[in-house]
Amino acid sequence: MNDGQIPVTINGKHIRVKEGTSVAAAVMMTGEPCRYSVQGQPRGALCGMGICMECRMSIDGVPHRRAYQVLCAPGMKVVSE
Amino acid sequence: MKTSFDVVVVGAGPGGMAAAAVAAEAGKSVCLLDANAAIGGQIWRGNSAEAAGHGPHAGEFAAWSLRVAGSGVAVRQGVEVVDVPAPGLLRIESEGGGDEVSFEHLIPATGGRERFLPFPGWTLRGVTGVGGLQALVKAGLDIRGTRVVVAGTGPLLLAVAAAMKRAGASVEAIVEQAPLATLLRFGVAALSHPAKLIEGAGYRSEMLSASYLTGWWVTRAGGTDRVESVTLSCGREEKTLACDWLACGYHLVPNLELPRLLGCTIQAGYVAVDDMQQSSVPGVWCVGELTGIGGMEKAIVEGQIAGFASAGFSERARALARRRRKWIDFAASLDRAFTPRPELRALPTAGTIVCRCEDVTHEQLAPKRNWREAKLHTRCGMGPCQGRICGGAAEFLYGWDVAAVRPPVFPAKVSTLAAEEHAATVRGA
Repeated sequence: MNDGQIPVTINGKHIRVKEGTSVAAAVMMTGEPCRYSVQGQPRGALCGMGICMECRMSIDGVPHRRAYQVLCAPGMKVVSE
Repeated sequence: MKTSFDVVVVGAGPGGMAAAAVAAEAGKSVCLLDANAAIGGQIWRGNSAEAAGHGPHAGEFAAWSLRVAGSGVAVRQGVEVVDVPAPGLLRIESEGGGDEVSFEHLIPATGGRERFLPFPGWTLRGVTGVGGLQALVKAGLDIRGTRVVVAGTGPLLLAVAAAMKRAGASVEAIVEQAPLATLLRFGVAALSHPAKLIEGAGYRSEMLSASYLTGWWVTRAGGTDRVESVTLSCGREEKTLACDWLACGYHLVPNLELPRLLGCTIQAGYVAVDDMQQSSVPGVWCVGELTGIGGMEKAIVEGQIAGFASAGFSERARALARRRRKWIDFAASLDRAFTPRPELRALPTAGTIVCRCEDVTHEQLAPKRNWREAKLHTRCGMGPCQGRICGGAAEFLYGWDVAAVRPPVFPAKVSTLAAEEHAATVRGA
């Protein structure tokens, strides 16, 4: 990680990823969770194909986006839910 | 945008692409709806590399992509089907909002998903599905230098372990729950499928350096908030391995939400179809994993049959009957070989979360009598995944029938549903 060209911010952490990296993959590399469960457990992507909904995050202010499905774009701001 | 078609295909994996191309080549107007950003489905995901000739199935993907593009199929990506508000009509949702598409014939080719079985620690970050980890790596997750354990059951284990090794990870172990005797029986059955055997052997030789365990299974994952270790058992002894990623999944189950919404008869876990792939609902043709977990080749044959049959060319469909039979038999042998063992029912402890969306524990669910009672009393299956993950687990752990679906079958915006109400009023429904 951190050897790519696309700068994104995940929970305030700045990283650079390669073009074509999904937000879910980028988040997993930062050590940040995608979301916190109803009991407050940190969760990350499970199924990788948009079914389990564990990867839903707020991306550029839009809540509940499935991070596996969204590609990182320059300047994107991603926040755990 | 045109919204009425002779044939609408849902899902652009191998089966959906084959069905759409064949029906369009036969002169029908065809729309191919797909949830992802690019065609190819889960198996051909990240298909830019495949198209460039690097993937194991590059040839097939390139050929079917050309046929879809060259036959005038209207491809719509990033689309979820949320409802079937009237016969011959689909309610869909995309980033652009809600919409409707009408059809004469519908070909659901919605594929399968991994079966997840809960064990203590399965909610830790770094625990993923087997296909799940592969999908994340294809989407840019850098696993170079990390320790990976691939576990569960099914033909995906070896393929994914090999891919993880190629991506630079150290594969610490491949842990197949099926006993060796069962696998050998399966191997004998596979002799009539040389392509599958060679594929399997190739993965095996590549993985010889990793420890390949059969008749072993994951009993728990350890770690504070991220996975740090995995404990395995063979029933007589246990061993614990340190790992950074635990990819664990128990073969595949079909995505039956759309066929169920359409009223298709389901038998023994799959959509019941005739030899033309037509379901119990006339004009609804189901292909691929929906009719039996058999992989790409089965999906392509069945997709072509449904494409021909829905376009009225049943003779051409019938010409594929022998190949179809071969892959149906193959799918049945996979199901027999990779049946989850009963010991896996004993893995959850009282506090193990079964429903990840709503954090419902095994202790809360075990006393319930059925799925409906569990949903009403605990909210199990009522979260955003709508039971797609915990439903299969509850079926296996408690023996519940989790078949009921109701629209919207995928989380939808209120505006999409409001538009549906409006459209129904206009139609006089």
